[in-house]
Amino acid sequence: MSCDFPGTLLHAYLDGELDAVRAAEFERHLEDCRECTTTLGAIESLRSSFQRAQLYETAPAELRRKIRGELKSPATGSGGSAVAAWRWLAVAAAILMVTGVAWFSLPHFRATGPESVTAAEVIDAHIRSLQPGHLTDVTSTDQHTVKPWFDGKLDFVPPVHDFVDEGFPLLGGRLDVLGERNVAALVYGRRKHFVNVFVWPTKEPDTPIHPPGSRQGYQWVHWRHQGMEFCAVSDTSAQDLHDLAELFVH
Amino acid sequence: MSVTGQGKGWDVLDSQDRARFEQLVLPHLDAAFNLSRWLLRSRADAEDVAQEAMLRSFRFFRGFNGGDARAWLLQIVRNTCYTWLEKNRQVELMTEFDEDLHQQSAATPEALAIAGDNRERLARALETLPLRFREVLVLREFEGCSYKEIAAITSVPIGTVMSALARARQRLQRALTQPAQQEAPHEL
Repeated sequence: MSCDFPGTLLHAYLDGELDAVRAAEFERHLEDCRECTTTLGAIESLRSSFQRAQLYETAPAELRRKIRGELKSPATGSGGSAVAAWRWLAVAAAILMVTGVAWFSLPHFRATGPESVTAAEVIDAHIRSLQPGHLTDVTSTDQHTVKPWFDGKLDFVPPVHDFVDEGFPLLGGRLDVLGERNVAALVYGRRKHFVNVFVWPTKEPDTPIHPPGSRQGYQWVHWRHQGMEFCAVSDTSAQDLHDLAELFVH
Repeated sequence: MSVTGQGKGWDVLDSQDRARFEQLVLPHLDAAFNLSRWLLRSRADAEDVAQEAMLRSFRFFRGFNGGDARAWLLQIVRNTCYTWLEKNRQVELMTEFDEDLHQQSAATPEALAIAGDNRERLARALETLPLRFREVLVLREFEGCSYKEIAAITSVPIGTVMSALARARQRLQRALTQPAQQEAPHEL
């Protein structure tokens, strides 16, 4: 038995770092790969061991007190500190030479990393939106109200349609952030459930509607259409999400 | 190993910056201490190094551009730890890093659950891992950092983070389930 799925992908899946499409792909692979299922079980077991063992070590109260004390003390330039300050400077210079000045350049935070959005991010954004008062920034069932609301808030124009006749009433819209980029979130109702459809521009070619993925009881469906990338996520059925995606594409 | 002096170096910011520092950076003192403790494998050394790292972050606070304060601080903490290790325990920085990833662990989830249930054993197994494996595991499992954050903190590409984590977990599993076999050739 040999599995040709790269081992690192399994870890990325477990850590919620795969993008929506690849996570769904991996789940289908898991259905009939015993090797990956076992390995995944082992790593999950390891993770829960960590959680139970509580090996996190918090800072001693004395250290916290010391640092707080230093912060509270008034800023002074008393003469007595000159020698110590010189000593400190020498050490600091040595440290700088050794370690470089990498920490100055943290802006690269935004520049590194894949442009794709991970499944975990999408689901987090969905869960966040369900907190009281977070679902919509503009509440309206009228697409002609929701669409102009996005004007000037985003650098693209999301397609906004009400699908009430097809069983997906438009409830409103919201600005959200996925993968450190501003996206449009369109909110639909489906019986008693809410569906978030995240939309952002892409240069990649169109794709068909990908098979659904699922995690923590939420389903998501991903597709690209006419220069836009879509990810619909909800706790409603995967079939519902697929139906909604079809409405967007046609 | 205290280079901070008593109370020196803390007077570089005005009261407004101090308040900001207290609000943005100080809440991550536990994270700073925890990372130092696992990188240095000693509470006492971690206390010194975490304090020094806090002082350094204080001095560099004006250069902080308002992104993720925890990641910014942890990058400084990590650099401080490596500098300390370079001075005090050079041998730790020279441990091998390569490992065959295709060698899947033979451990079953059940066997691991039993072995992992022993807190002391788990802590010891983690401590026997080479530094670079230990740090990705601590950042991922204890701090819940994303790969992108880990990449920024440790200054390596995301792909490297991913494979280091995979290897780290594999080695940890082995260390847990085969305690008789010495896992740490770098230990003196």
